[in-house]
Amino acid sequence: MSMTDEAPRLIERPVAASGEATPAPGMAPLATERDVVFQSQDVSVYYGSFRAVRDVTFDVPKNEIMALIGPSGCGKSTVLRCYNRMNDLIENARVTGSITYRGTDLYDERVDPVEVRRRIGMVFQKPNPFPKSIYDNVAYGPRVAGQKKGLDDIVENSLRKAALWEEVNDRLNDSALGLSGGQQQRLCIARAIAVGPDVLLMDEPCSALDPIATARIEDLMQEIKQDYTIMIVTHNMQQAARVSDTTAFFTADVRSENDTRTGILVEVDTTQKIFSNPSDERTENYVTGRFG
Amino acid sequence: MISRLSDDRSRAAIAASIERRRGDTRGLLFKTVLQMCLLITLALLAVLLVTVALDSTDQIGTRLWDFLQGTLRSRSTDERLGLHQGMYGSLWIAIIVAVLAFPVGIGAAVYLEEYAPRNRFTSFIEVNIRNLAGVPSVVYGLVGLALLLNGQIFGLDRFTGGSSALSGGITLAILVLPIVVITSGEAFRAVPIELREGAYGVGATKWEVIRTQVLPYAAPGILTGTLLSMARAVGEAAPLILVGAISGRLGDNPGLFDIGALTDQFTALPIVITSWTVQSGRDGGFTAAAAAAIVVLLVFVLMMNSAAILLRNRFEKKRG
Amino acid sequence: MTDTSVVHPDQLTVDQLQIAPSRRYREVIIRYTLVVAALVSVLVSTLIVWSLLREAWTFITGVVWADTWGQRGWFPRRGLYDIPTIVVASLIVTGIAMVVAGPLGLGAAVYLSEYANRRVRSWLKPALEILAGIPSVVLGFFALTWIAPNIVGHIGRTTFLVLGAVILLGYAAISAGLARTKIKQYREGTADPSARIGAVASIAMLVVVFVLAGAWTLNVWLEFVPNNAGSLAAAGIGVGILTIPLVASISEDAMAAVPDSLREASAGLGARKMTTASSVVLPAAISGIVAAFIVAVSRAIGETMVVFMAGGAADAARFADSPMEGGLTMTAAMASLASGTDSVVGEGLTFQSLYFVGLLLFLITLSLNIIASRFVSKVREAY
Repeated sequence: MSMTDEAPRLIERPVAASGEATPAPGMAPLATERDVVFQSQDVSVYYGSFRAVRDVTFDVPKNEIMALIGPSGCGKSTVLRCYNRMNDLIENARVTGSITYRGTDLYDERVDPVEVRRRIGMVFQKPNPFPKSIYDNVAYGPRVAGQKKGLDDIVENSLRKAALWEEVNDRLNDSALGLSGGQQQRLCIARAIAVGPDVLLMDEPCSALDPIATARIEDLMQEIKQDYTIMIVTHNMQQAARVSDTTAFFTADVRSENDTRTGILVEVDTTQKIFSNPSDERTENYVTGRFG
Repeated sequence: MISRLSDDRSRAAIAASIERRRGDTRGLLFKTVLQMCLLITLALLAVLLVTVALDSTDQIGTRLWDFLQGTLRSRSTDERLGLHQGMYGSLWIAIIVAVLAFPVGIGAAVYLEEYAPRNRFTSFIEVNIRNLAGVPSVVYGLVGLALLLNGQIFGLDRFTGGSSALSGGITLAILVLPIVVITSGEAFRAVPIELREGAYGVGATKWEVIRTQVLPYAAPGILTGTLLSMARAVGEAAPLILVGAISGRLGDNPGLFDIGALTDQFTALPIVITSWTVQSGRDGGFTAAAAAAIVVLLVFVLMMNSAAILLRNRFEKKRG
Repeated sequence: MTDTSVVHPDQLTVDQLQIAPSRRYREVIIRYTLVVAALVSVLVSTLIVWSLLREAWTFITGVVWADTWGQRGWFPRRGLYDIPTIVVASLIVTGIAMVVAGPLGLGAAVYLSEYANRRVRSWLKPALEILAGIPSVVLGFFALTWIAPNIVGHIGRTTFLVLGAVILLGYAAISAGLARTKIKQYREGTADPSARIGAVASIAMLVVVFVLAGAWTLNVWLEFVPNNAGSLAAAGIGVGILTIPLVASISEDAMAAVPDSLREASAGLGARKMTTASSVVLPAAISGIVAAFIVAVSRAIGETMVVFMAGGAADAARFADSPMEGGLTMTAAMASLASGTDSVVGEGLTFQSLYFVGLLLFLITLSLNIIASRFVSKVREAY
């Protein structure tokens, strides 16, 4: 089996000899805006015969933060969940179109969604730590993947990356449910990091948190983006403007004749452009607060 | 609003209506009747427990130890009369039910709640299980009789020894299976979606999610269901009569943990109670023996039931 | 991979997006194990139906109906299998059980759901659950040794007539209330003609039951014989006590499903608690209450041990039409056939007759349970 046919598609706008120039993993990224982690082409999501989202096409650049914004019911969470195949868990959900992840079709029948979710972590709207100790929460992912040694290091590193280590290192065996909401959400980030993903999907991670906890999470995102590609769904336009490099704006296409709403992608661009000079009128109306 | 009330007439009218409300005799009568319904029910329960306790003193008060060690006898005055064989049968029936019905029932519930696609076949199985739970217990006895005693299928009677504690246990395992499936299924449905998503999100497989998140969270609910079904199995008599539990005389008196006697003729606590109650018309001394056997049975059954109720209430409170 | 040098370093292959084979195989093995567990339930129901049908069919084709036609009584060892004898006894026991469990269970449920505060509930509900957990052999003992001498034994001719009259009047009052709403539905000329037929049919059924029950009460009164040993009445009361918690818990669930907004709306209009309970909550929960009664009937018909122990008949029974007599219900007939000599023996078709009665019982309870679940899902749909 050869992947050579796929390779050129990965780099949409190839810089000269980017293949050779790309630094070794772990080093400071160079010219990464041209490296693409996900390519989505005409993605639609159906629940049974109902089409929840239609014809979404955009690329997700590596080591950047991409925000998905739009009014509620526009399907941005649904789109996000296509990237780690969480939609597979919903019985009658179906995804059409193509999504490639680092050159491989995510929905290839030989691809195991379990491994996809290990490489593409997710943080959910409501902090959802397991009813176990802090340590066991972080070690959960490596353990199910079969890892038995070196868990202490993984737990420590993940908690450090999630900026939680200082707060919890003396009570790793306490229940995670005793943490504050903001701490719980950072624990969930540590839990996601612990399995060594390269992408983090965040589904409105701050909607249940107070402003201080929110600020901490936002700072954290900036700190870890050199190691991870981050996609964040947010209700909060200021948050998108603060944290993201690129922004995708979605809206709902309401059909009054049969009372259905289908999510559509309006435009994707740098965050600066979306919030200062969007090319679509609908985006402008939304970001200036005239709609939604 | 307040200023309007200064009107004397309306004030009087309100006072009168409050007065009327206080003297709402029909409402009071209604409430009293409802309270009586509950009180009568609880009084019946109390009378039942007291009657049994008083009747049982002849045996329990004077020769408890001999009574627990004795065997089935044809006369109530026989000093070797006792419960040993009944307790042997009930103990092993409980063990067989736990070994057979719990794994299969919980497994079926896991499949139906977590794996099965929502299609017609699945809902057929679910409706089927709910209907099975309503089938009278005596009918299960018929099934046990046809299946395990008469060897109509696969010659199973050779394996069970025909009318034996093993046959009785298998029959009651079949009887409580639907209850285990239904109560476990409810426990699985109560597991929050966030826990499952969290585990799937870090790359756990379906079974890993079930084993590490769903089962632990649902464990108290499952335990409640299994305790209730165990209590039900230990208290059932009708199916055992059908599979030929002995009410007259039994030959040997096996040790409580003598596995070899599993395929021999057997009896069980509820059968002993039935037999002694029926004989009490002819030989009044059996009333005390039956009551004493009831006390022993109730101790086990009510212990399991109250454990189940306490467990459920505690976790309902804890999880809001 | 034929030529890795061309591939971008970030590139993944399908192979890298798979989990370890051992994990994959474990998933498959567990899945199939669980499928087998689920199929056991299907197997069980198949076995029930198959074993019942098989022997019952032998009985139906083998028994010489003409010989015993018209002879009343259940004497299997003489080859007399008179189904009406045991069915009538089942009806009597079930009827008495419902007279006991219906009002007590429903009253307890209304009190718990509408009146009792949290603290009272936290004591009463477990008490009812304890009653629900008491094995039926214990109720059998209680029915024979306490209810028969202390309750049924005190019922004389006059007491019986008074009791019968009170029960019939109560029934008539409730039926009149139900009939009034049905007549209203009929008058309002619902577009749906099946609703009209349903209204007429339900009123007719109420009337027929009333007339039959009245005639039966009179008949029993005329030939009244007191009895303080085992009797269908003692067994019926025992079965009734056994089903009280069932009626109470299902009706209470139904009333708990009625949204509080309805109660608040009623209270807001100045209705008293009694009015709210009886004319708002009860009608709203009526489907669930009907389901509770049907489930209780099904349970009472299927109850074996109480009747077997306290029903006042050994292994054979004459035709009994009075609750004061001893008799064998369908279930007790089965148990006594099996228990007589510690195993099922007998002439000819005794064994098969068990299965015929069992099949009958199975079909009756199954249809009752299916009807009840229809009513329950009605409540769920409504709220």
